[in-house]
Amino acid sequence: MNQETELIQPPAQVASKAVKGEAIIKVIDMHKWYEQFHVLRGLNLEVSKGERIVICGPSGSGKSTFIRCINRLEEHQRGQIIVDGIELTDDLRNIDTIRREVGMVFQHFNLFPHLTVLENCCLAPIWVRKTPRKEAEQIAMKYLERVKIPDQAKKYPGQLSGGQQQRVAIARSLCMNPKIMLFDEPTSALDPEMIKEVLDVMIELAESGMTMLCVTHEMGFAKTVADRVIFMDQGEIVEQGIPKEFFGNPREARTRQFLQQILNH
Amino acid sequence: MADKRTTRSGGFARLWNDPTVRARTFQILTALVVVYFFWTIFQNTVANMERRGISTGLGFLSQPSGFGIVMSLIPYNETMSYGRTFWVGLLNTLLVSGLGIVLATIVGFIVGIGRLSKNWLVSTLSAVFVDTFRNIPLLLQIFFWYFAVLRNLPGPRQSMEIGEMFFLNNRGLYLPAPLPEEGMGVVWGVLVLALIGAVLLYRWARKRQEATGQQFPAIRVGIAMVIGLPLVVFLAMGSPMDWDVPELRGFNFRGGIVMIPELGALLLALTVYTAAFIAEIVRSGIQAVSHGQTEASAALGLKRGTTLRLVIIPQAMRVIIPPLTSQYLNLTKNSSLAVAIGYPDLVSVFMGTTLNQTGQAVEIVAITMLVYLTISLTISFLMNIYNKAAALKER
Repeated sequence: MNQETELIQPPAQVASKAVKGEAIIKVIDMHKWYEQFHVLRGLNLEVSKGERIVICGPSGSGKSTFIRCINRLEEHQRGQIIVDGIELTDDLRNIDTIRREVGMVFQHFNLFPHLTVLENCCLAPIWVRKTPRKEAEQIAMKYLERVKIPDQAKKYPGQLSGGQQQRVAIARSLCMNPKIMLFDEPTSALDPEMIKEVLDVMIELAESGMTMLCVTHEMGFAKTVADRVIFMDQGEIVEQGIPKEFFGNPREARTRQFLQQILNH
Repeated sequence: MADKRTTRSGGFARLWNDPTVRARTFQILTALVVVYFFWTIFQNTVANMERRGISTGLGFLSQPSGFGIVMSLIPYNETMSYGRTFWVGLLNTLLVSGLGIVLATIVGFIVGIGRLSKNWLVSTLSAVFVDTFRNIPLLLQIFFWYFAVLRNLPGPRQSMEIGEMFFLNNRGLYLPAPLPEEGMGVVWGVLVLALIGAVLLYRWARKRQEATGQQFPAIRVGIAMVIGLPLVVFLAMGSPMDWDVPELRGFNFRGGIVMIPELGALLLALTVYTAAFIAEIVRSGIQAVSHGQTEASAALGLKRGTTLRLVIIPQAMRVIIPPLTSQYLNLTKNSSLAVAIGYPDLVSVFMGTTLNQTGQAVEIVAITMLVYLTISLTISFLMNIYNKAAALKER
């Protein structure tokens, strides 16, 4: 773990692009249950435009469920989630609008295996944004260049390595020109040597001023790009702070225990 | 010790322990047994036929058959040849198989998707359908539809009817037959033009989408065009089509088209039985597509219907097609159970009556088997082409 941390250290700290006072995501006292099981217990969070947030915590702490609530892949039962001024309710139109503005990258990439890389990137712009195909392809090529795999555009996902697939997944989300990007453990399913290429793309994205919420165990990444690190345990936000304080001087005992476990091995 | 053993087992033993030699020996022995078996059967049959004075060859096909057939798609009467009965039987087999495949596919897809419905009633009904019809022998189902349902309908005089056009009784389903009059050719011409127009419209809509992003409901407008234009012309020409409506004369109906109860029962049984299997195939195919695909589509903002059409179904099809092909083949072959209720299919009229009358067992059995083989291989071939087109490309 330490070795990888050093690999992505060089750009000391990516300058913050957060615009204070302009909350693009507001989560107010949000609860979620799976049947009887109380997964999320009263979460409160405000994310400013351009802010980069890393969410960490032990497995089962509800961090994935939390960010999946933000584009309504999961429903919450109590409290409010307001994204870009629109509240997430049962209203399908609101959900559609928000999903157009919020991109998501999954642990297992979830590329469409029956479509080429280029078609993967063009599908949503064509069918959701009604972009002409030629234009959609140009945009897709632009983002494929940004994630450094324009030469793979005609291939199928099954022909690519895990790292390449995840970069395609990032490009696919960017093609929708989202205002917010959610990352759900984007490097957890990757071989160690492929983690760096994906993190590099994410760092570059952070530099461009994208609002990012990222569930990850890559603490090096958190130190480099995060404006704020959030630690969750048992469905609650236990502690949050800027990386320097969070890693240097954690206040809560649970945070200290967690950091010890993932940093010292 | 080990050395000694190897040296001792030289010569024949060493040869016998060579896997290639051993495999070859068994293969040659098996081949000899098989050849001998068929040779014996062939010799035996030929000898028997000679003893009974039956000539071999296909000459019997041009002899008059001397028996009538209750249903025929081509003109037929008992003065025609056995060759003609072959064609009547073959067309009847193709008719019931073709209709069965289409209907079973439609019902199967509806029930299969229904089983995945979140609506409790829909999913339960679908499950009951599958579990009932999949677990009762097909022959029993054919008997059920024939003896218990269709033969128990009221007689012609008490027919169930819809608008004095359609009549259902224990002699079959009577439908009005279309009788084209002068001017119908124009309507057909317009229909062909509308079809061409719809294809052009679809191409234009696609080009426009690619150029400007504007979407056009080409499929809906196309369907409206294909149905609407000929209809308008049809009405404008003063409906140049007459209907031969079935009419009760004495004890039975005259005129119109008759669907005999044997065909109805066989078609119902084959459709329902095969649909139950197809439903399970469709359900498993859709479930085989990982949930992550649905989530990724949702996260990109794709609508539920678009996701199903562009993401889920194309991936499910590659799982569905191979077992679906097997079901089509099963349905076609199962249609030979027609003989049990007297539907005049190939097995019934050719391998049944014709064989009994002529005694040309070898020729008739060979021809019939060859026909089924050809039908089945054709279906497989077509489905394999489709399967290749739908297969995933990896590496």
